[in-house]
Amino acid sequence: MDTATTSAPLFTSKELVTDQEVRWCPGCGDYSILKQVQTVIPELGIPREKFVFISGIGCSSRFPYYMETYGMHSIHGRATAIASGLRATRKDLSVWIVTGDGDSMSIGGNHFIHLMRRNLNVNVLLFNNQIYGLTKGQYSPTSEEGKVTKSTPYGSIDHPFNPIALAMGADGTFIARSMDRDPVHLKDMLRKSAAHKGTSFLEIYQNCNVFNDGTFEMFTEKATKKQEALFVESGKPLLFGQNNELGIKLDGFKPVVVNINENGNSINDIWVHDTSDRVKAGILSRFFDSPEKEGHYPRPFGVFYEEDRPCYEDVMEDQVNQVIAAKGKGNLDKLLKGSEVWDIK
Amino acid sequence: MEKQNEVLEQVIIKFAGDSGDGMQLTGTQFTNTAALFGNDLSTFPDFPAEIRAPQGTLAGVSGYQLHFGSVNIYTPGDKCDVLVAMNAAALKANLKNLKEGGIIIANSDGFDPKNLRLANYPDGKSPLEDDTLGKFNVITMDVTKMTRAALVDSGLGTKEIDRAKNMFVLGFLYWMYNRSLDITIKFLEDKFGKKPAILDANLKVLRAGYNYGDTTETFRTRYQVQPAKMATGSYRNIMGNQATAIGLVAASHQAGIPLFVGTYPITPASDILHELSKHKSFGVKTFQAEDEIAGICTAIGASFGGSLAVTTSSGPGIALKGEAMGLAIMLEIPLVVINVQRGGPSTGLPTKTEQSDLLQALYGRNGEAPMPVIAAYSPGNCFYTAFEACRIALEHMTPVMMLSDGYIANGAEPWQYPTSADLKKIDVKFATEKNGEHFLPYKRDEKLSRPWALPGTKGLEHRIGGLEKQHETGNISYDSDNHQFMVRMRESKVEKIADYIPQQTLDSGPEKGKLLVVGWGSTYGAIKTACKMARSEGYDVAHAQITYLKPFPKNLGEMLFNYDKVLIPEMNTGQLLKVLRDKYFVPAIGLNKIMGIPFSAGEIKDKIVELCK
Repeated sequence: MDTATTSAPLFTSKELVTDQEVRWCPGCGDYSILKQVQTVIPELGIPREKFVFISGIGCSSRFPYYMETYGMHSIHGRATAIASGLRATRKDLSVWIVTGDGDSMSIGGNHFIHLMRRNLNVNVLLFNNQIYGLTKGQYSPTSEEGKVTKSTPYGSIDHPFNPIALAMGADGTFIARSMDRDPVHLKDMLRKSAAHKGTSFLEIYQNCNVFNDGTFEMFTEKATKKQEALFVESGKPLLFGQNNELGIKLDGFKPVVVNINENGNSINDIWVHDTSDRVKAGILSRFFDSPEKEGHYPRPFGVFYEEDRPCYEDVMEDQVNQVIAAKGKGNLDKLLKGSEVWDIK
Repeated sequence: MEKQNEVLEQVIIKFAGDSGDGMQLTGTQFTNTAALFGNDLSTFPDFPAEIRAPQGTLAGVSGYQLHFGSVNIYTPGDKCDVLVAMNAAALKANLKNLKEGGIIIANSDGFDPKNLRLANYPDGKSPLEDDTLGKFNVITMDVTKMTRAALVDSGLGTKEIDRAKNMFVLGFLYWMYNRSLDITIKFLEDKFGKKPAILDANLKVLRAGYNYGDTTETFRTRYQVQPAKMATGSYRNIMGNQATAIGLVAASHQAGIPLFVGTYPITPASDILHELSKHKSFGVKTFQAEDEIAGICTAIGASFGGSLAVTTSSGPGIALKGEAMGLAIMLEIPLVVINVQRGGPSTGLPTKTEQSDLLQALYGRNGEAPMPVIAAYSPGNCFYTAFEACRIALEHMTPVMMLSDGYIANGAEPWQYPTSADLKKIDVKFATEKNGEHFLPYKRDEKLSRPWALPGTKGLEHRIGGLEKQHETGNISYDSDNHQFMVRMRESKVEKIADYIPQQTLDSGPEKGKLLVVGWGSTYGAIKTACKMARSEGYDVAHAQITYLKPFPKNLGEMLFNYDKVLIPEMNTGQLLKVLRDKYFVPAIGLNKIMGIPFSAGEIKDKIVELCK
């Protein structure tokens, strides 16, 4: 669906609740995400029956069972491909993909990047908890190096994916990050995802309180959030810190953290975020150091990049229509007959 | 000098040359000309997996066998009457399949020392110049030289000129078999209309080849092959993959829903995609996915949305699609999976044919995952089989596997094409209303199939997925009794299709007797011909070709026991044999060939004679 509207909802959040018992662990970040999605969906001005939630495998992928819409809980890594086929043939539907870091970055990595480049008008919600939850605690492709898990008792030797940079590299047209612990920001990002025409990719930092508790707490908890999280908004300077006293200044292509009140710096020196600037979004996507690291950048949240590019399904349909306009609608008898025939009498 | 005309009933020509020599095109052109003349025919293209294997080597030989006649033809034939050898390697690779006394048309330029060395002729001795070919009738011509001579004033470069060599051979053969050049002239005009210089060159060389036969004193005999006495009606020439593709378009038309094909290129299935991508005027959507898995998964998505969804592949790709087929079985949605089989295992023999994916089709998924399987038996039959696969998928809400193979996929035959009025409607019903207090996505009808409720239908919102379903509600269920019930239900549903398919019939032969030959898939023509040959020698043999491999037609078991012996020729180590023995306890005998090439009728006939004695 193309636009988000704010007219009277066609249905209520309550009508999105199914009769199925929600079976995530108590305290799981998924609850908050479900709540925010159920809040935002009715606001979009789209009838409930037009929504389809498609998931792969993993804790996050139970999501469709809890949404009273159409849904499919598919197989590991393939929700992106299934959603592509659905959207390619049904442009009237609002298609949402719910996936996790294992599902989309590991087993489904291939489909993920191809979805980005094709730019079908679907929404991807990546619940990133940096761990395999459903299989009970192995490291994931987004787990940090050295991570000790059930399958890495001596620490993970894998270099992790940076999902935002991956999506940038795959020419995604809407790339954003949010977190389970900030409902206001998450709802805003969900609305923006829905409003974007094309593939919207929203990475959501989600706490797995059983197997990876607190992995994002530096960004989500009050004590450190202001210092470690950088909330970006198009047209606004990149500021963070307890009193927004810190900012990012670009020295050529090199970002530098400065205090706007010190050393003659002013807010006018600060990089102003522009979601249409691919090069700068690329730099921003690389703010990915561990908060433990000396001299690290803050972790950005918000829309990194957005671009208007034709959607695969529209071009696909246009091509069909152009051929029909040029050749006329297909005639089955002509097709069966072919070009060269002969008669036996 | 007066030229003689000899009338022949049937002729088998093998066109063989380097992969770059244009033998496939030459063969196809002769085929089309023969078809339009009214001959019955069957073809067998045989080419290397490499696009351009090292020039002049045995590995690089590309062949095209054509069997045409004034009698009914069911196979590309066993041994050839004529071998066109564009170089030494082509001769060497095909000589063993030439009949004694057969004609060799050899391009002498392809027998220079370099070509002889590449073809592993010892000491560079040309077989054209010693007596090794004494048993054959050798016609040597320097095609390269004569092509160049014909185009000396064309202004084209040597490379471009040499590319027209195949037209010389084609022209010569048209002369030899009294054929008109018209079909090929029209083809060349369509193909090179925008490149007049190339068009002109090809036409010139084609005519030069024809005139060479006409004017050169060496050739005194021309051959006549009269039109065949086939069933009256209108015919066209068709290749298997092409027939499969238009069968899908026809099914979409007869079902009244759009066709979506999610697929990934793979030999020998890609031509189905190529053909379908031309038919956008029928609203066909083709999606060339990033891999085999995405091919089937996009199709599953399209099926969920109400399209006739298809994925096409060959064995290795089918292996990759296994998990998704299991999902489609759990979802109980319509889906057509087409496997154009090739030699396996692994990458195997991509351009060669085999029937070794039957067990994969029947059993190749995790869990108890039953899926109907049907097989095409000839190029033209691919149309009906594809259509039937779609019908079963849509009317029974199930994924269906269609088996074809490289032999019939690339082979061609005259096809008495149907009109749209001859085709049945396919009954598609979308659910529009609740079937209980809440919508029950897994409530079954008399066919045991569930309702197809499309996203966008108000009030029928529901979730489906790969986890075990509770009967009727479709909710996740880990209940042990329910699981057993559902496993049996999915099997029963597939078995129930037997009520909606035709009974097994005999293709030929007595209803009871000594021997029944049972085949499936592309062995049809060879078995049919073998049985005919054996009966003409007085042997009591019948032939049945099975289209429906799961479920089997209800009368199949009974039919098998009407004969003293059952013979099952297969291009595998005995897969149908295993299945029939398992299901019916029939002591059937296998005849198995796993050489990447089809059976010859003679091989099967010999076995029939052995078993009848």
